[in-house]
Amino acid sequence: MLLTWFLLVAIMITAYVVLDGFDLGAGALHLLIAKTDQERRTILRSIGPVWDGNEVWLIAGGGTLYFAFPLLYASGFSGFYLPLMIVLWLLIFRGIGIELRMHLDSPTWRGFFDGCFAFSSVLLTIFYGAALGNVLRGVPLQKDGYFFLPLWTDWSVGPQPGILDWYTIIAGVVALVALTLHGAHYLALKTEGDLNLRARGVAASLWPVLVMVTLASLVATLIVRPELLNNYKRFPVFFVIPLAVAASLFLMPHFRRKGADKAAFLASSAYLVFMLVGAAAGVYPNLLVSTTAPFP
Amino acid sequence: MDHALVIHRLHFAFTVTFHYLFPQLTMGLAPLIVVLKTLALRTGNEVYNQAARFWAKIFGINFIMGVVTGIPMEFQFGTNWSHFSRVTGGVIGQPLVMEGVFSFFLESAFLGLFLYGEKRLGPRGHWWSALLVFLGSWLSGFFIIVTDAWMQHPVAYERMADGGYQVSSFWGLLFNPWALLQYAHNMSGAVITAAFVMSAVGAYYLVEEKFVEYGRIFVRLGVITGLVFCILQIFPTGDLHGRYLAKHQPVTTAAMEGLFKTESGAPIVIIGQPDEEHQRIDNPFVVNKALSFLIYGTTTAEVKGLNEFPRDEWPTNIPLLYYSYHIMAGLGTIFVAIMITAVFLLWRKKLFQSRWMLWVLMLSLPFPYIANTAGWMTAEIGRQPWLVYGLMRTTEGYSKYVNAGNGLFTLLGFMGIYSLLAVLFLFLFQREVTHGPGPGMDGPVNTGMPITLA
Repeated sequence: MLLTWFLLVAIMITAYVVLDGFDLGAGALHLLIAKTDQERRTILRSIGPVWDGNEVWLIAGGGTLYFAFPLLYASGFSGFYLPLMIVLWLLIFRGIGIELRMHLDSPTWRGFFDGCFAFSSVLLTIFYGAALGNVLRGVPLQKDGYFFLPLWTDWSVGPQPGILDWYTIIAGVVALVALTLHGAHYLALKTEGDLNLRARGVAASLWPVLVMVTLASLVATLIVRPELLNNYKRFPVFFVIPLAVAASLFLMPHFRRKGADKAAFLASSAYLVFMLVGAAAGVYPNLLVSTTAPFP
Repeated sequence: MDHALVIHRLHFAFTVTFHYLFPQLTMGLAPLIVVLKTLALRTGNEVYNQAARFWAKIFGINFIMGVVTGIPMEFQFGTNWSHFSRVTGGVIGQPLVMEGVFSFFLESAFLGLFLYGEKRLGPRGHWWSALLVFLGSWLSGFFIIVTDAWMQHPVAYERMADGGYQVSSFWGLLFNPWALLQYAHNMSGAVITAAFVMSAVGAYYLVEEKFVEYGRIFVRLGVITGLVFCILQIFPTGDLHGRYLAKHQPVTTAAMEGLFKTESGAPIVIIGQPDEEHQRIDNPFVVNKALSFLIYGTTTAEVKGLNEFPRDEWPTNIPLLYYSYHIMAGLGTIFVAIMITAVFLLWRKKLFQSRWMLWVLMLSLPFPYIANTAGWMTAEIGRQPWLVYGLMRTTEGYSKYVNAGNGLFTLLGFMGIYSLLAVLFLFLFQREVTHGPGPGMDGPVNTGMPITLA
């Protein structure tokens, strides 16, 4: 039963990351690659019909967590109080950035909402990455199952860490790069002409960065939380997961060079899925790693 | 009282009060748009379609505001009320997740079709999309009411070994009698808001002598709907809900009415200020025996006063509860008077010429929002000191590890952001109203791209 619910929540979170991930990435690129009003409209139109449906996965994931793991929901949501509230604020700005932009035909009005959209998208990717980093690094769970994390303490991963430390910042950067690349693949798929070329250009220059930060995060994770390998040692078949990450990573430029935008997009989707599956396989049966108790 | 507890209560109260300003209009407007679309189909008169399009735009702006302020609500159960979530997640997680996924998804998908699919769907298909938006938004509201009703009147639950609660009967939870009464009363309240807003905008057009044809449609539909639902709001929905409340939360009824001491043939207080220290109403203006009659149907029945109940079960803020209830009930009564007068004038074919009545309708716009807010305050302050009535006290439920400083930080953040949202909303609303309905609508107000789903 536990495994079923664990899988269900993991599937919802993965669906959310893959689906909302590309429109977050598109948001991160919004000001960078779309210069004219027409181009920005093209970007917004490409995600317009789907972004809120994608966000429903977040609500579904949160709700399922509430229902299936009330203790985790209570502990995690109150412990990550400050970053979650900031995420909520960013989601508000992102929502109005996308939805209110077209109501006025004024460069100032549209510029403001373009800024809201891009700024909140960038920060959200970083926060999501840092959130995953926190789950892997662990939090100082008290005896009653609760904890509270400040935004930062001394930036070290010690027993009383903050939300942000060197490790979770690496995780945030991985998410920023990975989702921006994912968004670039999506935009390459959905646009034509200049915008398409620029999206592919961004994908090309981000790819080596992603390879580097992925490796850095792997090394950092093994330093911070070597216990995550326990399940892998127990079930060596799990080692296909990092191989799948590597394979999807190397398929991205392969497909992009061939102009197969759809395949490149699927490759970055696969990359995200396998990264999350790899993390989940290491964490299980924990839902939230504790820094104050031994890793079971 | 614990400082952090106050902050957490204010946090939820502020965000949910602001949030509900928007859904009450969308839920109320959705059936009125269906009426306009039906009139368009039946008469073949394009004016009704234009009118529906105009209100669809108002609906769209409200919907966006409702969505972006709604997501924080689900999260706050865990962030600010973690212990409550831990204990009750097995019960109210269920209606909340259903609301989140099912209705929200349906509603936004159908709204996309409704707002941008008119050409492709054709007149009949478009009518169906309007109906589905209506059903989706009302279903969404139902799951929220089920959640609140369980906190007011817990049913269909069982206690687990770890102290948490879980659902023993899903249908029992869904058809909690409290939920059905509260739902009827609440949805009728939402339609009242929409009817008043529609007639206020129509009256404004008639007073300004702009868009007169539309102004007449809006006023006519607004006041007829308004009269029907203002009456339904009092009888039977308010009446039944009040009696059920008196049966299951008698201490709340006593506090709402300002009845400090048990009385046979209890009077109803129309106006007066509760004086908790001396346990009386100052400057009272009362109708004798009316309270006994309203609750029990006889003028001699005994109504229990606050003195019958232990102090630690009294609602924690009796004056605010008393005022919330009196503002709600007082406004509700005034609404009936306004709508009866307006419908009488309409029937005598004098309404559109009666400038004074049009002014009254126009200036009434904010009051249903106040009445709905006061009604919810009555329900939620009346539930105190319980978070889940009889099962869990409010003092037990909040996140003990989130201190007052962090709570205040995010409360102030929400206040700032919601101020910005309020300014944007009023600006866009004013713009749509100024631009008005009609064939020229695709001109300067450009929402004509398929961006919006939600």
